[in-house]
Order: sequence, then structure tokens, then C-alpha cells
Amino acid sequence: MKSLTSHYDSLFLHVVTKAIVPLIQIFALYVITHGHYSPGGGFQGGVMMAASILLLRITLGEASYRRFPREAGLAIAGVATLLFCLLGFASVVFGGNFLEYGMAVPGADPVRLRYWGIFWAEVFIGFLVWGALVAIYDALVTGGVE
Amino acid sequence: MIGQLDFWLMLVLLLFALIALEVRDLLAAVGVLTGYSFLMALLFAELGAPDVALTEAALGAGLTGVFFLVALSFFDRESED
Repeated sequence: MKSLTSHYDSLFLHVVTKAIVPLIQIFALYVITHGHYSPGGGFQGGVMMAASILLLRITLGEASYRRFPREAGLAIAGVATLLFCLLGFASVVFGGNFLEYGMAVPGADPVRLRYWGIFWAEVFIGFLVWGALVAIYDALVTGGVE
Repeated sequence: MIGQLDFWLMLVLLLFALIALEVRDLLAAVGVLTGYSFLMALLFAELGAPDVALTEAALGAGLTGVFFLVALSFFDRESED
């Protein structure tokens, strides 16, 4: 079987991939940003973002590492985890529980705070899942070594 | 909801699972397993769980198939048993 890191030479595959990847990513962003009041959410949208990157990885091979570097997966996942933790602990500072968004900013309307709190939690979860799944794929392809 | 559709979806699901277990070419097994996940997503959507259906469609039909293919690229395609 052909190695998955090599470049697969088919014009149709390349044209279709380049056309369809932005559409997948726009739908993924839609699923992430509408996750707090409709089906979907951070995890599902993040999986779709990762799927679009994996499509590039499989069809373009080495050339896809210029568009999405090998280190970017873990970096995105790490930063998103940090931001999620900061969001969770923002309310702890003012005497609330972890992820109790209504307490995050004293004096603000708790309903709006909960709305935006859940929204940003979904966004951070989406980016975390996106980065982590691409990192898992890269580790699998190289057998765990650089 | 739609009783007939439920029945046929579950029947084809069972068929796909048996084929995935029995087929000797592992690449074909991965393909059948991906189809199984897609049917599972249809069943979830039909049972009124769009959230679970979206997860199953994205993860089961999209990503696990790719991960299985990567694992398969390190081994022979033919199953031993």
C-alpha cells in the first residue's frame, strides 16, 4: 500500500480537494459558532475542521505541511486549553464555581454573560479538538517520531 | 417515528457489521465500517438525536476511517484469520 505521507498524483483529486476544503471549514465554523442553541457544538465542529486538514494531508502529502505545519496542531490545542481554563477560572476569582459564567464579570447582566460564556467555551473546545486530532494523525503517520 | 425505516436501517446496519467482520481484505473492512457509521448517523437522526447524529457522521464516517487507513498503511492488507 502507498505510504500516506507521499503525494498522490491526480489532477481531479487536487482540484476537488482545493475546492471543497474551504466549504468544509466554513460549515465547521458555522457548527462551532451556532453550537450553543442548535445541534452541533465545539466538538463536532472541531472534528470537521480536523477532517478538512486530514483531507489536505492525504491528497497533497508533504505539500500540506506548508499550509498547516506539523507543530501547529499541538500549539492550537495547547493555547485553546489554556484559554478554556482561564474562562473557567474567571468566575472562581469573583466567588463563583468553575465555569459559572454568570459570575465572571461583577455588575454585568448574568444572562448575557452565560450566553457569551457558553459561546466562547464552544469556540475554545472546537479549536482544542481541531488541533488535537490533527496532532494525533501526524503522530500516527510518523509512527510517533519526528 | 417512521417504523419501517427504523427496521430496514437496523437490518442493513447488522448486515454491514457482519460483512466488516467476515471480509478478508482489511481495506474493504474499513470501507464497510465507514458505511456502518454513516448508517448509524442516519438512524440517530431518524430517532430524533441530531446532535449525536452529527458527531457520529463527523467522527465515525470521517475521522476513524482515516485513522484506520493510517494504521493499515503499516501492515499487510490481508487478514490472517
